[in-house]
Amino acid sequence: MIEIKEVYKSFGALEVLKGINLTVEKGEVLSVIGGSGSGKSTLLTCINGLERINSGKILVDETEVHAKATDLNILRRKIGIVFQQFNAFPHLTVLENVTLAPRKVLGMGKAEAEAIAEKQLSHVGLGDKLSVYPGRLSGGQQQRMSIARALAMSPSYMLFDEVTSALDPQLVGEVLDTLKLLADEGMTMICVTHEMTFARDVSNRVAFFHKGIMAEIAPSQAFFNTPQHPETQAFLSNIR
Amino acid sequence: MFSYTFQWNQALNRLPQMLDGAWVTMQIAVLSMVLGVLFAIMLTGFRLSGNKILSGFATTWIEVARNTPALFQIYMAHFGVASFGLYFSPIASLLIGITFNNAGYLAENFRGALKAIPDTQTRAARSLGMTPIKAFGYVILPQMLRISFLPISNQMVWAVLMTSLGVTVGMNTDLYGVTQDLNALTFRTFELFALAAVIFYVIVKLINFGARLLAARLFRY
Repeated sequence: MIEIKEVYKSFGALEVLKGINLTVEKGEVLSVIGGSGSGKSTLLTCINGLERINSGKILVDETEVHAKATDLNILRRKIGIVFQQFNAFPHLTVLENVTLAPRKVLGMGKAEAEAIAEKQLSHVGLGDKLSVYPGRLSGGQQQRMSIARALAMSPSYMLFDEVTSALDPQLVGEVLDTLKLLADEGMTMICVTHEMTFARDVSNRVAFFHKGIMAEIAPSQAFFNTPQHPETQAFLSNIR
Repeated sequence: MFSYTFQWNQALNRLPQMLDGAWVTMQIAVLSMVLGVLFAIMLTGFRLSGNKILSGFATTWIEVARNTPALFQIYMAHFGVASFGLYFSPIASLLIGITFNNAGYLAENFRGALKAIPDTQTRAARSLGMTPIKAFGYVILPQMLRISFLPISNQMVWAVLMTSLGVTVGMNTDLYGVTQDLNALTFRTFELFALAAVIFYVIVKLINFGARLLAARLFRY
């Protein structure tokens, strides 16, 4: 369970999160939507401790992320994150990209790590690209590799930060299919996204962020059919 | 009028001795480069550490190495520290001087290379649970070495040529030192130094060729 309690965060004078309260249960798929600069991506990087917070608390399985005593390097093993930029490690093959963390962080042997990596890569449809360098892959393939790389650590939670935003339109589908596959398997996911169809059809709940505040959160059907907050209504009508 | 009679045999007869010197030159250059790269990585780590003392140390090293003559650096390693009772042999002084110089220049090249690697690479590595040192070692360092490969091979050339400064601290077993001694014996100055120049040229060409082979082998992406 991820619990976010009264979280405030600013970059200098700019307040990006203004008192966020949110709980994500095990097995839930939450989509987070909102305009740019609404704070939704920052929230994700606060959850895995890449960003500090100014006040409030974030708990992941009852461990306080920003507590001094928390070893983030250990906590991050159970929180996978995939970014908008694919962040493939260009000097490593697809297989090496995925085996790196299991071997160097979890201390797994080569054979064991490779078995896991091959399984995860076939899972995302890259079973035939193991010895290829990321530079030879399309954006969609690189992004799926990044997903497999995060999954190879067997995380309990997956955070997706606009993972389709940097892709050519015809490549968006293959990445969304991968996310859907994960959702169907019961992975707990928070997806910051601009893909409304995905948010509606795949997620259990949808949250709308506006200027650092979570203006609305509701089960996905209700969210799209009967949005309550005027800003949500305005946002959705602009998209349709 | 021009009445000099070239006596190339005088030089060519000494070729075996000069090639022995060339071998010493190569060894010093290679060793100073290997050490230089290691120290440059250390200095880069110091600069990234965020620790004031470490980064101050690194900055001082780099500033002195890059902004003073290499001759001064080698001199200091021999005669300078001798003032404090520290004695390094000519070859050790030369090695220390060139290594110091190499590390300073390479660290600056590494800084440029680091700027070419997106910050998001470190974020991605840290997100996978890597410590800062592991993220640097497994993700950033290999990319940094690739980006700065050409400047590294350039510095290698420079290291070979800098060995000629060893003669000022009494080095007489390297190519330049051997040539200097032979000149004192024979006075065939032009022939001997022309031959030495050709040998230097060949060494550098060999290094460039080797670097290209190594790059093809190492960087397959």
